[in-house]
Amino acid sequence: MSEWWTYGLRDLLMFSAQTYYRLFELYNRDLWPSQLLALVLGVAVLALWRRGGERAGRAIALILAVCWLWIAWGFHWQRYASINLAAGYFALAFVVQALLLVWLGVLRGRLTPVPATRLQQRAGLGLLLFALLVFPLIGPLLGRSWTQAEVFGMAPDPTALATLGVLLFAGGRPAWGLFPIPVAWCLLSGATLWAMESPDFAVAPLAALLALVLAAGGALRRARAGRSIG
Amino acid sequence: MANIPDLTRRRLLGTIAAAPLLGSAMGWAQQVRPATRAIPSSGEAVPLIGLGSWITFNVGHDRVARDARAEVMRAFFQAGGRLIDSSPMYGSAQEVIGYGLKKIGRPADLFAADKVWISDGEAGRAQMEASRRLWGIPRFDLMQVHNLLAWQAHLPTLFAMKAAGQLRYVGITTSHGRRHGDMAQIMAGQPIDFVQLTYNLVDREVEQRLLPLARERGIAVIVNRPFQQGSLIRRLERHSLPPWATEIDCSSWAQFALKFIISHPAVTCAIPATTRVDHVRENMGAATGRQPDQAMRARMAAFVARL
Ligand SMILES: NC(=O)c1ccc[n+]([C@@H]2O[C@H](COP(=O)([O-])OP(=O)(O)OC[C@H]3O[C@@H](n4cnc5c(N)ncnc54)[C@H](OP(=O)(O)O)[C@@H]3O)[C@@H](O)[C@H]2O)c1
Repeated sequence: MSEWWTYGLRDLLMFSAQTYYRLFELYNRDLWPSQLLALVLGVAVLALWRRGGERAGRAIALILAVCWLWIAWGFHWQRYASINLAAGYFALAFVVQALLLVWLGVLRGRLTPVPATRLQQRAGLGLLLFALLVFPLIGPLLGRSWTQAEVFGMAPDPTALATLGVLLFAGGRPAWGLFPIPVAWCLLSGATLWAMESPDFAVAPLAALLALVLAAGGALRRARAGRSIG
Repeated sequence: MANIPDLTRRRLLGTIAAAPLLGSAMGWAQQVRPATRAIPSSGEAVPLIGLGSWITFNVGHDRVARDARAEVMRAFFQAGGRLIDSSPMYGSAQEVIGYGLKKIGRPADLFAADKVWISDGEAGRAQMEASRRLWGIPRFDLMQVHNLLAWQAHLPTLFAMKAAGQLRYVGITTSHGRRHGDMAQIMAGQPIDFVQLTYNLVDREVEQRLLPLARERGIAVIVNRPFQQGSLIRRLERHSLPPWATEIDCSSWAQFALKFIISHPAVTCAIPATTRVDHVRENMGAATGRQPDQAMRARMAAFVARL
């Protein structure tokens, strides 16, 4: 579009909030009971994290990669693209994140649960639990139908947040390459929700930025500690 | 009666408008036809209110929403509407219009207005052909260069298509008050039939240059964003209509806003978008009854400016 930068964010939004949330409703309806499988995967991530160790880290990365790949295809490409001309690019970004998870997480074992700090550990666990259990309830609590709930493993926002949670508690040496896409997604999603005047627009961006700050803080502390030892 | 296909019923209603006795005898509400204005380059009359499709018709694969938009189209045609505007930029809107036309039957007098929106001039024809298939129609009546994107490349193609009978009219669009200088230049230098621009009770810049130029050059004007995508109406609805709105047969702010626009002598039609059957009827109603004169138009704008 010519001079697109002179348009406000709200002028660029090409669908209504009603249409956006209907997308989740039809997605949930058509794929029921896959939500239960997604929940099992989410709980498996938690259990693996509790078990700890390098193999658990690789398994967590594999689960997340599958979720990102599924969302690229099942959500962005098959559904979101019908109302958003940019969704093809979102699908591509989600495929890239899945590949990065396989490369850095599964092959190179960079998601081994060793939190750098206690705060990081708590925040990582908190974010994961939030993405799995609280995030799907936000819409219904705000008066949207529960059939439109956004669940981990199927909807992009809770999946991005859960991934950031995992990155926090795998924070020995943060796998920085795995941060940009989930963080960017959360910011973009927040902007979309803001343009649609959804009251919960700030949730995903704030949670993502918090994860980023904590990861950076943890890395800094470790670097300092490393220096004082060395 | 319920079994009469709607297309037939609509034609009947059209006939009945001229035969009120028969109409009331058969228990049908008498249809008041919308006022029209002539397209300067051809003299063809089009109703003063058309139908937009940005956001409202982009409902994707949602069957329920598609059916609801088909009902909006049905009500629009039943009220005498003809011109529907869309663009490849509007996501699934073209496909949803095509779905509606197929479902309710394509009226013979449909006026299909679409846009070419691609920076590569070579790809213009393919894009227009894809759009035509989505609408499911033999040809477009009007093809516009969306937001002047690559207009130098597209206009010659559009003129060639018009000469070959693949289009009836050629136009250009802008909105939000953008690129008025370029618009004026093209209006002065190119044999276009239509321009589309933003004009409403508060965005009135086009009154200075573009609307007078359109009259002078004999170019039809389609007005987009008549309600500022709804925000103008939402603001106005916090206040009550002035009592003198009845003097111009307005029963709502939407009609007040539309009558202001279509009573400008350079305007050919306004294209409000809606998801609702009651709104489309209300909007079509703006093309009926008394229209404001110059003095009344000034009063309307002044009243809204004070709110
Ligand atoms: N550059 C371009 O070429 C360009 C740019 C902008 C627009 N356009 C065209 O112009 C059309 C119109 O512009 P627009 O869609 O931006 O905005 P608009 O027509 O000014 O406003 C549409 C909004 O007004 C509401 N509305 C409609 N009728 C109403 C009524 N009777 N009472 C109360 N609210 C009512 C609708 O909500 P409900 O669904 O609740 O009725 C909808 O949200 C577009 O659809 C598009 O076709 C072209």
